[in-house]
Amino acid sequence: MSADNGYYVPHQSIWPIVGSIGLFVTMIGLANMLTGAWNASVLLVGATILLIMIFGWFGAVIKESESGLYSQQVDRSFRWGMGWFIFSEIMFFAAFFGALFYARQFALPWMAGDAGRLVTHEFLWPTFEYVWPSSGPAELGGEFQPMGWWALPTINTLILITSSITLTFSHEAMRHNQRQKHINWLALTIVLGLIFLGLQMYEYVYAYTELNLRLETGIYGSTFYMLTGFHGLHVAIGAIILAVILGRSLRGHFTAERHFGFEAAVWYWHFVDVVWLFLFICIYVL
Amino acid sequence: MAATTHDVHDGHGEHHHGPAKGLGRWLFTTNHKDIGTLYLLFSLLMFLVGGSMALIIRAELFQPGLQLVDPHFFNQMTTMHALIMVFGAVMPAFVGLANWMLPMMVGAPDMALPRMNNWSFWILPFAFTMLLSTLFMPGGGPASGWTLYPPLVLQTGDAFPFVILAIHLMGISSIMGAINVIATIFNMRAPGMTLMRMPLFVWTWLITAFLLIAVMPVLAGAVTMLLTDRYFATSFFNAAGGGDPVLFQHIFWFFGHPEVYIMILPAFGVVSQIIPTFSRKPLFGYHSMVYATAAIAFLSFIVWGHHMFTVGMPLTAELFFMYATMLIAVPTGVKVFNWVATMWRGAMTFETPMLFSIAFVILFTIGGFSGLMLAIAPADFQYHDTYFVVAHFHYVLVPGAVFSIMAAVYYWLPKWTGHMYNERLSRIHFWLSVIGVNVLFFPQHFLGLAGMPRRVPDYALQFTEWNMVSSIGAFIYGISQLLFVYIVIQTIRAGDKATDRVWEGAHGLEWTVPSPAPYHTFDKPPKISTADAHG
Amino acid sequence: MHIKCLARFCAVLTSGVLLLWSMAAVAESGWLQLNMPRGVTAVSREVYDLHMLILWICVVIGVLVFGVMFYSMYFHRKSRGVKPAQFHESTKVEVVWTLVPLFILVGMAVPATKTLITMEDTRDTEMTVKITGYQWRWQYEYLDQDISFFSTLSTPREQIYNLAEKNTDYILEVDNPLVLPVDTRIRLLTTSADVIHSWWVPDLGWKRDAIPGFINDNWTLIEEPGIYRGVCAELCGRDHAYMPIVLHAVSKEEFAEWVQQQQQSTAISAAH
Ligand code: HEA
Ligand code: HEA
Ligand code: CUA
Ligand SMILES: [Cu+2]
Repeated sequence: MSADNGYYVPHQSIWPIVGSIGLFVTMIGLANMLTGAWNASVLLVGATILLIMIFGWFGAVIKESESGLYSQQVDRSFRWGMGWFIFSEIMFFAAFFGALFYARQFALPWMAGDAGRLVTHEFLWPTFEYVWPSSGPAELGGEFQPMGWWALPTINTLILITSSITLTFSHEAMRHNQRQKHINWLALTIVLGLIFLGLQMYEYVYAYTELNLRLETGIYGSTFYMLTGFHGLHVAIGAIILAVILGRSLRGHFTAERHFGFEAAVWYWHFVDVVWLFLFICIYVL
Repeated sequence: MAATTHDVHDGHGEHHHGPAKGLGRWLFTTNHKDIGTLYLLFSLLMFLVGGSMALIIRAELFQPGLQLVDPHFFNQMTTMHALIMVFGAVMPAFVGLANWMLPMMVGAPDMALPRMNNWSFWILPFAFTMLLSTLFMPGGGPASGWTLYPPLVLQTGDAFPFVILAIHLMGISSIMGAINVIATIFNMRAPGMTLMRMPLFVWTWLITAFLLIAVMPVLAGAVTMLLTDRYFATSFFNAAGGGDPVLFQHIFWFFGHPEVYIMILPAFGVVSQIIPTFSRKPLFGYHSMVYATAAIAFLSFIVWGHHMFTVGMPLTAELFFMYATMLIAVPTGVKVFNWVATMWRGAMTFETPMLFSIAFVILFTIGGFSGLMLAIAPADFQYHDTYFVVAHFHYVLVPGAVFSIMAAVYYWLPKWTGHMYNERLSRIHFWLSVIGVNVLFFPQHFLGLAGMPRRVPDYALQFTEWNMVSSIGAFIYGISQLLFVYIVIQTIRAGDKATDRVWEGAHGLEWTVPSPAPYHTFDKPPKISTADAHG
Repeated sequence: MHIKCLARFCAVLTSGVLLLWSMAAVAESGWLQLNMPRGVTAVSREVYDLHMLILWICVVIGVLVFGVMFYSMYFHRKSRGVKPAQFHESTKVEVVWTLVPLFILVGMAVPATKTLITMEDTRDTEMTVKITGYQWRWQYEYLDQDISFFSTLSTPREQIYNLAEKNTDYILEVDNPLVLPVDTRIRLLTTSADVIHSWWVPDLGWKRDAIPGFINDNWTLIEEPGIYRGVCAELCGRDHAYMPIVLHAVSKEEFAEWVQQQQQSTAISAAH
């Protein structure tokens, strides 16, 4: 096979420019929605273009892969690419974790008069006492109840951990060329991901209606929804990726030796899982 | 590589076809040289746009009083000038150089992920269209300075979400570009091109790419929080809700300080290629250069607080950031000393790339010295937010980063185009630039020390004289860049035929291929000779 | 008198006059405003000395490094027919030029640390003024004297738009200056009511941000009476260039008088 004696360099592809246009339309649509100028239609057009791009691009890659154009070296490039992409995602979450940490360790205690910031407390927020969770000295968003860590979040944690385990089984099965087993475990993983998302939705509704815990509930609401929200988004993306992989597996793609597409999805899923563990500890438990 | 595989894929069969015809070549290209060219041209365009804004700033500051522009528009110019120069001119220029040179320097057929490479580039024109369009929106463009501090930035008009999302686009582009660089360097080196044989330009870019992937997402997170604070009533930067405006500054500068090294490390790489060539002597201290670059990158993550000495951090934090910042002078000094040692007892000639590199070493060092002064926290209580800071960072950015880009273009242009540039004109360009840039920025040290704050359209009378000098310098420097544009166009269209090695003392794989470099280089990995290791 | 002699005399005279006149003009203009003011507090002088110390260290290092470079560029050029040496490594010199700068830095860090600790020590103050930034003016509240007022730019708009001759203190003048006593350890609190500002009088030796929702703690001890001018140093929107600070430092007696006047006029306006 030729794949072993050369690095496959694709020629001329329309998908990147389609992707750029898609991103542009999406961003313009979103910005105009935020200013209140437009409704969601342009945003949806952009998202559709992006979706077409993803199908087209990945379709091309899959075709090339299946026709054996990719050498080991190409495979390694994909690995480096995926690995560093996940690292960039970790740093994205780090910004929000940083905000949470800063508010709890510095901003709020200072307003409460700790650590030599007595003047701030005395003159600006004389009645403020710091207990976490806090919606700040002005108690923005009104009275609220914090989200407990017991029950729902714990169940969700267990679900995600289980899904990582089922995915590992699926991966093992793939390595041993047990296709049906691989497909079953993979499907189960996706189902668990969807249950997680469903419960998360339920949790949000509960928080809004029963606890009066909202985005505008001061720094607690801000960090809670920002972190769990972006995490949820990543679970959704991960589930979609896994679904695509499932479709490919059903069509007989991948071999016991060569299945980086699947492996990349596995990495991503584990990453999302680990983020959740941090989140569970930092947001719910501590 | 067997031709059959490609029959499957692209209709025209033969692999070694040249570029496609027409606009499609540029829109759909996956070729690292095409994409490098696109990046470089885009960067030049942005440099002219951002520079024109700088000229508006300098024209307004020629005299005290308000004569040309409204203060609000002035603030938009300051903000846009910086965003365009940083994200549109300097960063893409270095990515362009990376695209052109990295595969050739490590003996690779192309970048590791060629399609993504195209995407990284083509996001940029859209992002900057979006950013520039904000100038025409109700309430104007962003006017909060490029640092986007809340609460001020939240007062931006309808432009606000456009600015934020344009920054997101730039971030996506940079991250993908950086991933490509890392994958290429780790995975695409020809056999024998071990890490410690890579040219320094490759090394500095590897470390830069790591910085990019580590900090661009943090910037994305920071501006996302601005967006939700503005539109979804979150309280990240609002004390009443338990947040803190200063929190934004911490996150921004956690990105921002590595960002400034993103703009200088590749410059170090370029200069480390050029000085040995024209000294006809190997680079002194190759290993310590690599370690110094890594040390600078590491330290860059723990010094961000030096931009915030006046916000009222706890004493221990101020001390920590002061010490950590001062430490950066050590590895940077190692680099400067190594360049000088490379020149020592060489046999130097002074073609234009070398002239720009020498000016780089001197003027960057001056900028570094003022940086060190700023690092002294108690003194920074005086310097902060004055023109002394403006002088500092322009010395490291303009005769620093921008000069290194000029040097790189003159150095590699013959390899790219197959033509020699006009040496006489380019020397005129050099001398006008060095004189112009010093007339432009040196007096700003005086202005800052004497008490002139930055980001003002108007100033007290005692600052008039040096502002006039500075503005005159700006126009000398700015207009001489048109000469650069002319020289580049002239070289592309005609000029003496360049030899393959181009420069007598040049080493490295890129000089073993013909000039102009063929559309596809190194389909088969080259043999690496010791002479061509280290570039 | 010989005509030539006369001409020479006239030339000398005019050039002398020109020289004197230009020196006077230079002194009045901004050409000689090249450095940081030494200021009027012990802290500001410490900062100034620190600034000069580092500046001179950098100048010396610069002269050495660039000196070697220029020497090399002159003597080691190809046109002089030199053969390039081939050395390219020496652990010994690398260690030297890593350690020497390190020691120099330690030498700078010691005085810097001392000054910083002094500046951040806000204990034992005798009176407190709370300074609040607004877009675009300052509010001063004397917490012990119960005085409070706003301080706003007083330069007429015509001067800003070049319709009138500019005053000497163009855009550095306000309606109500901040009045403070000399030889008193004064605590200055900075905060803001809207966006971030920064309160800066160069002669005191520092600036400090005014941040909404938080208060920063500072102190000063002015040694010489006089009028000191400063500006808002953090970009705060459209009129950021137009929120100056004017500080009248007066003797303790004058200050006491001023306080009385202020309190009376507040009492009168309260009675109305
Ligand atoms: C390419 C960009 C670049 C580079 C390389 C640097 C390099 C450095 N910068 Fe700079 N900086 C900026 C871009 C850059 N900076 C920008 C854009 C801003 C302003 C942002 C804004 O507010 O808008 C800024 C602002 C800035 C500040 C904040 C000032 C303020 O707002 O109050 C500080 C403070 O510490 C600082 C310090 C330094 C230091 C210590 C270095 C060091 O890396 C320099 C090290 C180099 C040397 C010291 C010279 C060579 C060394 C020797 C010859 C060895 C011997 C020397 C000694 C022992 C003295 N910089
Ligand atoms: C890489 C980054 C970079 C580069 C290259 C430059 C380049 C220049 N900068 Fe910039 N600058 C910044 C980054 C950069 N700057 C940043 C980060 C800030 C801080 C912003 C903030 O406070 O938020 C800043 C702020 C800043 C200020 C302070 C503004 C303020 O505080 O209000 C000034 C003022 O003099 C200035 C001037 C210049 C000039 C004259 C150039 C020149 O080098 C430009 C030269 C180029 C040209 C002039 C273009 C080419 C020529 C033409 C197009 C021909 C002539 C045109 C016509 C015939 C129409 N810059
Ligand atoms: Cu207030 Cu600038
Ligand atoms: Cu910095």
